[in-house]
Amino acid sequence: MKLIQTILLFCTLILPLVVKAEKITIAAASDLKFAMDEIVTAFKQTHPYDEVDVVYGSSGKFHTQIQQGAPYDLYFSADIKYAQSLASAGLAVSDVKAYAFGRIVLWSASLDASKMTLDSLLDLTISRIAIANPRHAPYGMRAVEALKASGLWDKLEPKLVYGENIAHTAQFVQTGNAQIGIVALALAVNPELSSKGDYYLIPDTLHTPLEQGFIITKLAEGKPAVRQFANYMSSQPARAVMIHYGFVLPDEVAGN
Amino acid sequence: MNMLSDGDLQALWLTVRLATIVTMILLIIGTPIAWWLARTKTWWKGPASAVVALPLVLPPSVLGFYLLVVMGPNGPVGQLTQTLGIGLLPFTFWGLVIASVFYSLPFMVQPLKTAFEAVGDRPLEVAATLRASPLDAFFTVAVPLAAPGFLTASILTFAHTVGEFGVILMIGGNLPGITRVASVQIYDHVEALEYMQAHRLSAVMLIFSFVVLLALYMWRPNANKSY
Repeated sequence: MKLIQTILLFCTLILPLVVKAEKITIAAASDLKFAMDEIVTAFKQTHPYDEVDVVYGSSGKFHTQIQQGAPYDLYFSADIKYAQSLASAGLAVSDVKAYAFGRIVLWSASLDASKMTLDSLLDLTISRIAIANPRHAPYGMRAVEALKASGLWDKLEPKLVYGENIAHTAQFVQTGNAQIGIVALALAVNPELSSKGDYYLIPDTLHTPLEQGFIITKLAEGKPAVRQFANYMSSQPARAVMIHYGFVLPDEVAGN
Repeated sequence: MNMLSDGDLQALWLTVRLATIVTMILLIIGTPIAWWLARTKTWWKGPASAVVALPLVLPPSVLGFYLLVVMGPNGPVGQLTQTLGIGLLPFTFWGLVIASVFYSLPFMVQPLKTAFEAVGDRPLEVAATLRASPLDAFFTVAVPLAAPGFLTASILTFAHTVGEFGVILMIGGNLPGITRVASVQIYDHVEALEYMQAHRLSAVMLIFSFVVLLALYMWRPNANKSY
């Protein structure tokens, strides 16, 4: 009898918490670091009971982790290909939704990058240029494409150092270990970086479009809050944040 | 071995080179530190031991972050190296060597210290009565008696440097042949979803690590006690 009472008491204490609050775990590419933080804060104002955790990292790593059953409800990839690959493996319960196009910029904490172009990288006083690792970081692949398209690759390759992801790349530049780097526009416009130096927007004609996509993973099946968050991404406030961070939204491109 | 790509072999060779150089440097730096720690009676032996053991506890990210800042152009070490005309250390092989010397320091010092403590005062006192100078006594009495400790310390230092990852990732810049060691190469394979290559190189590392530890424990069954 005592045991049943205890169990009942336990249930009355725990159940309301379980029913009311949902926990959303998001795996997001590092370029979303600042934008996603703001979107989550805004989302929580209208959904105060839900708990939202965001993990930032490289898209490739999350891809591997989700394949191995990592507990992420949403996966925001910097390259839509990774999201598509998970979806075709049956690991998504939503369509792959394109949410933005990423842009790359030259950014430096010690030089005025806003007065530069890619050709300025040939300057002999620049000995280290940081880019994200092109083998698996989508921003790194685009940086290589842009350098190749402008015919600078052969001359600049010996100066390149490779960050693990785009945030790590920015860190090389921020600490001055690389004088300049090619990073995501979304990071360069954040006060953390923009207070230290301006950027030069690399023309998007020099690289293939960096289309970004997200999915709701299989683990989030039957979690209404996750779907609400997914829908919230196309809401006006979320779009405003994304545009503020220099992302081009998919329907804007169609209008061009 | 042709199952491994040229990049993998290059990464393995770089790893062996790094670990060898770090072990040799630490034999030179670590021995006097261990000797001093084993014999001193000063009150700050405690704090000094704690500093030496720090890399055992500190996350590699902390060490990597500090090294990146300190060796950067605005850090004290970075300004020194630039003044000396060496340039900056991050993204260089010697930058990795210095980082690894810090990172593996306790793996050299702790076993040596234990070995020196086991030698005790008596043999050295005897040597002194036979008119051996302290330096003489150190090389002809203490070092031979502590030889197994030197072996353990060197193997552990070498193996630990081979297993280094976080610090190198943070300050290395992933340059082939310069800072892209085997652990980083494996990480890149996994990130790029090249699981087959990751499996092969990982298997090499697994076998290597096992053989090293097996040698250590088979050869000196009580090695685990001295460390």
